[in-house]
Amino acid sequence: MSRLLSELRLAALPPEAQALRPAIKAFLAESMAPAPADVRARSWMGFDAAFSRRLAARGWVGVTLPADYGGAHLDAFSRYVLVEELLAVGAPVSAHWIADRQSGPLILKFGTDAQKAYYLPRICRAEAFFCIGMSESGAGSDLASVSTRARPNDAGWLLNGQKIWTTNAHHCQYMIALVRSSGEKEDRQAGLSQFIVDLSLPGVTVRPIRDLSGDAHFSEVFFDNVQLAPDALVGTEGSGWAQVNAELAFERSGPERIYSSIVLLELWIRWLRQCPDGRAHAATVGRLAAHLATLRNMSITVTARLAHGESPVVEAALVKDLGTEFEQAIPHLIEATLGRGTGSELESELCRTLAYVSQMAPSYSLRGGTREILRGMIARGLGLR
Amino acid sequence: MFLEALEKILAAHAGSDAIRRVEAGGPAADLWSPVEAAGFLALMLPEEQGGAALTLQELFPIMECLGRHAMPLPVAQSIAAHALVGARAGLPAGMVTIAVQLLRPAAGGLRCPATPCGAIADHVLVADGDGLLLLSCATASRAPVGDPRSLAAHLSWADDAPSLRLPTGGLQLEAFVGALVAAMLSGAMQRTFDMALDQCNNRVQFGKSIGKFQALQQQLSVMAEHVLAATIAAEAAFRCAGVAPTALAAAVAKSRASEAAALVAATAHAVHGAIGMTDEFDLGLLTRRLHDWRMAYGAEHHWNQRIGEHVLADAGTLADFVRRV
Repeated sequence: MSRLLSELRLAALPPEAQALRPAIKAFLAESMAPAPADVRARSWMGFDAAFSRRLAARGWVGVTLPADYGGAHLDAFSRYVLVEELLAVGAPVSAHWIADRQSGPLILKFGTDAQKAYYLPRICRAEAFFCIGMSESGAGSDLASVSTRARPNDAGWLLNGQKIWTTNAHHCQYMIALVRSSGEKEDRQAGLSQFIVDLSLPGVTVRPIRDLSGDAHFSEVFFDNVQLAPDALVGTEGSGWAQVNAELAFERSGPERIYSSIVLLELWIRWLRQCPDGRAHAATVGRLAAHLATLRNMSITVTARLAHGESPVVEAALVKDLGTEFEQAIPHLIEATLGRGTGSELESELCRTLAYVSQMAPSYSLRGGTREILRGMIARGLGLR
Repeated sequence: MFLEALEKILAAHAGSDAIRRVEAGGPAADLWSPVEAAGFLALMLPEEQGGAALTLQELFPIMECLGRHAMPLPVAQSIAAHALVGARAGLPAGMVTIAVQLLRPAAGGLRCPATPCGAIADHVLVADGDGLLLLSCATASRAPVGDPRSLAAHLSWADDAPSLRLPTGGLQLEAFVGALVAAMLSGAMQRTFDMALDQCNNRVQFGKSIGKFQALQQQLSVMAEHVLAATIAAEAAFRCAGVAPTALAAAVAKSRASEAAALVAATAHAVHGAIGMTDEFDLGLLTRRLHDWRMAYGAEHHWNQRIGEHVLADAGTLADFVRRV
C-alpha cells in the first residue's frame, strides 16, 4: 500500500490538552459578546481587536511561543483544542489569527534574537497583527512567479511591487511578504525571501477590496520605493520558498479547514430541533456528523505529526481538500432544504447566515492553496508526478 | 504477530481462485479450516479460555487484513460471536455469522433477512429482546440476496427453529458487526487503491504511463482522501474501551466507510478501463465485495439516520457531540 496512506495511523488528543477545554469554554461564555449567527459565521474572517486583546490578556495569543516572549508555550495539541473551541462558536479571531498560527512561529524559528525580542512579545499581547503577502495579480497558484522585488541598498532593502488578496492587510501593522530578492523570474523558487514589512512605512498603500458578501476582508497593497531596514529580512536571503513551505502544513491541516461552516450547521440543527418535520433531515445531519467526527480525527492525526516535529505537507493537503469539501457541502445541503418556510425569527437568522456562507464557500478551496494544486501535491506524494 | 500469522494463512489459502470457488458454492473448508485451526476465532477470549485476549484496538489490523483479502466467509462475525458469548456459553463448532434483524411473520416461523454470509454459515447469532438467539442454518431455507456470489442470504425457518438462547451481557451486536465490516471495507479499499495506483504507473497510452495525466492524478488523489477517511473512521471505532465499539463510533465508522466504498470502486474501475470489467481480473472481485459490504448490516443511509436522530435528540452543539462519539 502507498506509504502515504499506510503510515498515517489515528492519533488522539492527549489528556493534558483536553484539560484546557473547560477553561476556554468558560472564557468564551464570559468574554465573547453575544452576536447573531450571521456575524459569528465570519469565523476566522471576523475582525475584533478588542476580543483578541481579551484573549491575549488570558494568555491565549501566541500560544505556542516560549514563556520568555510572553507566550503560553503550549504544544500543537493544546493549540488545537483552543482553536477548535474558538472556531466552534464563531469567535472573531481574525485580528491575531495569522500572527498566532504562522508569523509568530516563523519568527521564532527563523528570526534573529533581536527580531524575536521585538515582535514576539507584541504578538502575545495582541498589539502586533500580521498578514501574509503571497498572491500577486500575476502570481496566484503559480506562487514562485512573484515579481515584487526587494533590492539591497545602503540602508537595507528597497521594496517595489504589489500584493493582492491579502487578508486583513488594512487592519494589520505588519505583513510578512514573499518577494524576489535576487536572481530573475526564471530562477523561480531560488532567490525568493521573506520580509517583515511595517505597513506604516512611507510608500506603502493599502486599499481594501470589497468582497461579494459586502465585506472588505482582503486588500491590495502597493509598495512604491519602500525603504526597509536590513533587519526586515526574516531568515536567510534566498530561502523564502523553503520557509514558506515549512508553514504550509500548519496552515492546511488545522481545525480552520473543517469548521468554516460550523456556525451555520449548528444553527440549522437548532432550527430542525424545533421544526415539526425536522427529523426528515436526520440522515443528512447524521452524515455531516460522521464526516465531521472523521475529519477531526484526521486533522488531529496530522497535528500529531506536527507535534513530533515533522512537516507532513502532503498529508495536510489531503486533510484540507477533504475538509474544505465538507465545509462547502454544508451550505449546499442546507440550501437544498429551504425556500418554503414560515418566516420565523430563527429561520430569518438561518437564511442570513446561509447567504453569507454560501457566498464565501467557494473561497474555502481557493485560500491556502486551491483544490487543484493540492490534489497535484497529493499525486506527487503518491509518486505519480 | 497474529497479523503476520493471518497474512501467511491467507496468502496460502485465500488466493483469488480459492475465493472464487467459495463464492461459486464450492466447499468452504479449504479456506475456513486453516483459520479456525490456527485459533483465530478465539482471538478475543481470555487466555484461560484458550484465547489470545486481544483488545479491540489490536483486532483492527486483523479485520483490515481480512478485508484486503476479500474474505468471503464469516471470520469477522465468528470472532465477534466468540468474543460476545463464547466465554459464557460456548458456541458450537463451525461458521457463525451474525444477523441484525429477527422477524416473526404472522404466519409463524422466523426470518433473518439480508444476512451476510447467510448462504454458507452453519449458525446465525441474532439479538432477540434482551438476549441473543443462536439459530442453526441447517434447518433454514436460504434465498440469495442480489448476486449469489456475495453469499448473503435471506434466512427463514418454519415454526420450531432449534435455537439456543444466550445472554447479551449488555453488548450491542449491531455496533460490533458494523465496526467490523467498516474495518474490512477499509482493508479492501486499501487494496483496491493499490491496484489503481499500479495501473496508473504501468499502463501506457499516448507514450506515457497514464498516471502522468493530470485528470487521473486528481482522481487518484481524491480516492486516496476517501480511503484514508474510511480507515481513520474505522480505526476510531476500535479505540473504544471495552470488548465492543460504542454504538455511535460504530455508526460513524460504517457510514463513512460505506460512503467511501462507492467512490473508491467507481474510480478504480475508471482507471482500469475494460480489463477491470472482466470476470478473470481481480478488481471485480474486490469491487463486488465493496458494494456487498457497503450494504452489509445497512448502508450509510441507515447509520446516518441513527446518528442524526441522536444529534437531533441532543440539546448541545454538534461540535461537542462529535467529540463524545
